Amino acid sequence: MEEFLNMGGYAVYVWPSYGLTALFMIALTLSSLHTLSKRKRQLAELEAKRPPRRAPRTAQPQTAQPQTAPTQTAQESSSS
Amino acid sequence: MHRFANPARFLRIANALLPWLTVGTVACLGIGLYMALFASPPDYQQGETVRIMYVHVPSAWMALFIYVFIAIASACSLIWRHPLADVAAKAASPIGAGFAFLTLVTGSLWGEPMWGTWWVWDARLTSMLVLFFLYLGHMALMGAFEEQSRGYRAAAVLALVGVINIPIIKFSVDWWSTLHQPASVIRLDGPTIDPSMLWPLLIMGLGFKLFFATLLIVRMKSELMAARVRALSLAQLRNA
Amino acid sequence: MTLKKVIARDLRLALRQKTDAATVVLFFALTAALFPFAIGPEAAILLRIAPGVIWVTALLSVLLSLERLFLADFEDGTLELMFLSSLPLELVVFGKVLAHWLVSGLPLIVATPLIAILYGLPFAALTVMLPALLLGTAALSLIGAIGAALTIGARRGGILVPLLVLPLYIPVLIFGIAATDAGISDGAIKAPLMILSALLLGMLFVAPLASGVALRQALE
Repeated sequence: MEEFLNMGGYAVYVWPSYGLTALFMIALTLSSLHTLSKRKRQLAELEAKRPPRRAPRTAQPQTAQPQTAPTQTAQESSSS
Repeated sequence: MHRFANPARFLRIANALLPWLTVGTVACLGIGLYMALFASPPDYQQGETVRIMYVHVPSAWMALFIYVFIAIASACSLIWRHPLADVAAKAASPIGAGFAFLTLVTGSLWGEPMWGTWWVWDARLTSMLVLFFLYLGHMALMGAFEEQSRGYRAAAVLALVGVINIPIIKFSVDWWSTLHQPASVIRLDGPTIDPSMLWPLLIMGLGFKLFFATLLIVRMKSELMAARVRALSLAQLRNA
Repeated sequence: MTLKKVIARDLRLALRQKTDAATVVLFFALTAALFPFAIGPEAAILLRIAPGVIWVTALLSVLLSLERLFLADFEDGTLELMFLSSLPLELVVFGKVLAHWLVSGLPLIVATPLIAILYGLPFAALTVMLPALLLGTAALSLIGAIGAALTIGARRGGILVPLLVLPLYIPVLIFGIAATDAGISDGAIKAPLMILSALLLGMLFVAPLASGVALRQALE
């Protein structure tokens, strides 16, 4: 075990290499997940505030809301 | 390709893939790590420092691979106005920058015991340094505009100009490096690589790729939501 | 709106503030003159660093004057007029870059012999260094135009341009200095000069194209 940790005397080079790699991967993952949950919350708040779009404006059959909302996003964000 | 252009469809596929990718990433990295640290031999010449190769080389592979990925996404964005391409480029850039940085740092940590110096203006390290700056420029440009769509498109142009220049830069740096080559030839890898070292390297490489794919999807989901948040905020401001 | 008009207008505006061209040359000469104070007057060392100093300071001189390339015209609406005119945007870019180079790149040639004296360079070296600087500064202006076009309307655009453009400058720098070194040591000047020319030709094609795309993004 001692020998393994010592890495033939090169411990101060090998372990920081692996450590920094792990640190980067874990930190970026946590940061990305945190941003994701933050956006989910923001989105939920904003969607709660907007007036419900249940009633169709014309006599057309109502399409399922989850379908229309994201496609609208695509159009909105590509035209913005 | 355009079947996946619909963000809703992308989200469905992405959400289905995510658990598998996560499991795959953890498994590959776990096995790779075990093989890199325990189940592979030390090098005849370099001793235990050769184990740094198992994080250094896959990082370098990812830094290059992700830039090409961004260049392709940028082309899709500019030529076909593919709505997901911009999102993909923005999501991928920090991951690539991080791997470029890791390549440089682990390269230094490998170089110090091997060559006795923390930095060497070796052609490959120097090119990686330039690539790191290209990533930083891309990230800076993405975030430099009030209107995100301007950032997307400017960064796409920059990425394409960059990718054209990368072979030129690599060629120049190689040329410059051989001109100023010190007497001893520095070799980053050892002699031809033995299977007992190749397998850990490949598995770590695969693990890093899966990590990228997993994290990319998470970040793309965030960015798609951010776009929706921007659109909704704007609409509410107008209606208020 | 013709190409000639674009170039003439930019030149007129630049030369109206006569200080601009003079400032660029002064910056170039003064910065190059700083190094001996920093490093010491030992002739052998100065000779060794001279090509590097000249090229890096030339690069910085070109870089410093890039921000103005499109910004003023964008802000007062002239760029939009040019966009709407019959002249292709790529030619507008070419015209503006040419004017920029005439004011910020070409004048450096004037200061170079002076710097050669300060660093003890053999005069024969100038026969290679001056053409190399002409080719190189032209390429640097072109590459810089891409950076300037991309950052119109960006926050902190001034700092952003060097960050974007410096990695792309490296090949020009490497081969420009190589040509200069060869000129000093009587080595192979043809290869680096040809590569420098190739880089310039490549940029003559790529830069107006990329800048045009970037300008259209800014104008939409």
